[in-house]
Amino acid sequence: MADVNRGSRPLSPHLQIYRMPLAAITSILNRITGVGLLLGALLSVWWLVGAASGPEHFAFVDGIVTSFIGDLIMFCSVWALWYHALAGLRHLVWDAGYCLEVEMADKLAYGIIGGSVLLTLITAIAV
Amino acid sequence: MVQFTLPKNSKITTGKTWPKPQGATNVRKFQIYRWNPDDGQNPRVDTYFLDMDTCGPMVLDALIKIKNEIDPTLTFRRSCREGICGSCAMNIDGTNTLACIYGMDEIKGDVKIYPLPHMPVVKDLIPDLTHFYAQHASIMPWLETKTNRPAKEWKQSIEDRKKLDGLYECVMCASCSTSCPSYWWNGDRYLGPAALLHAYRWIIDSRDEATGERLDELEDPFKLYRCHTIMNCSKTCPKGLNPAKAIASIKKMMVERQV
Repeated sequence: MADVNRGSRPLSPHLQIYRMPLAAITSILNRITGVGLLLGALLSVWWLVGAASGPEHFAFVDGIVTSFIGDLIMFCSVWALWYHALAGLRHLVWDAGYCLEVEMADKLAYGIIGGSVLLTLITAIAV
Repeated sequence: MVQFTLPKNSKITTGKTWPKPQGATNVRKFQIYRWNPDDGQNPRVDTYFLDMDTCGPMVLDALIKIKNEIDPTLTFRRSCREGICGSCAMNIDGTNTLACIYGMDEIKGDVKIYPLPHMPVVKDLIPDLTHFYAQHASIMPWLETKTNRPAKEWKQSIEDRKKLDGLYECVMCASCSTSCPSYWWNGDRYLGPAALLHAYRWIIDSRDEATGERLDELEDPFKLYRCHTIMNCSKTCPKGLNPAKAIASIKKMMVERQV
């Protein structure tokens, strides 16, 4: 093998061809919601900064935050928060050594997707 | 590092479509990744057609039939044809498995076959496993003892022997490691599910006397902790083993020895 030129070898396809199981999709969604929540939190902080820095600035920021787009971002953030929380709990369960069988992992994946949607609707109705 | 797209020399082009078998009624379409190190071309996907009435049930049967009857240049590894050697691991229908024990009745539509994902390709369906084997060697895959050698064998109770079930069966086919996105992005430093399952197999062996050193060796943000419990490894293992659980057990031991 030592005299083989390894430099020109192509990399075999990965994301392009792999059929991701549900558990993998819920895993990457945990990462995505985590990043998304940071951006949502920045928006909330901007709103508070607006409130602290005077009525004109607040009116401007409040207009954006309570606009349709702002509402949509906040609603999605509620879902992201529930999803991220449930996925975090799942990590705690796994780290304690439970529910690591493939069948249980599938059930947990359905659970956190369904659970996050349900809790988001309950939150939306309650608030 | 994360790179979602393939490098320039790895982009896949459309390849040759081989003729359909004459007079066959039960024809199936196969799309197979090809790369020839000698022609300077990019990888391509060739299309083959097989008469399923004269073909065995497993994906490996189809590959051998193509090589025998249509295209002798098609290159792949195979040996035992019964799931015990681990040679014919490849990506079939979007999941990593052994071609010899994967039935074509499990696949809907065309049969798509690629080499194990995110690996350097030697030729066609053959990945370069040098690094994968080196990682296995790095976890000291042998019984490490310090006490004097007993007069006869190193004894083990039935209960302790049972702890090795679900671990010793691994045939090192690399399906799990190459299914893992963490291994794709950080395979240079993350050991991957196969090597870690083997590490755990020696950690919990009651006869082994190097548990501390083994854990010390794995206590590393990359070697062990790039596992984010994505579970692709356990889902794809053709032997039905559970590397994710073995890795979680190692992580648990890391915590337990500190309290």
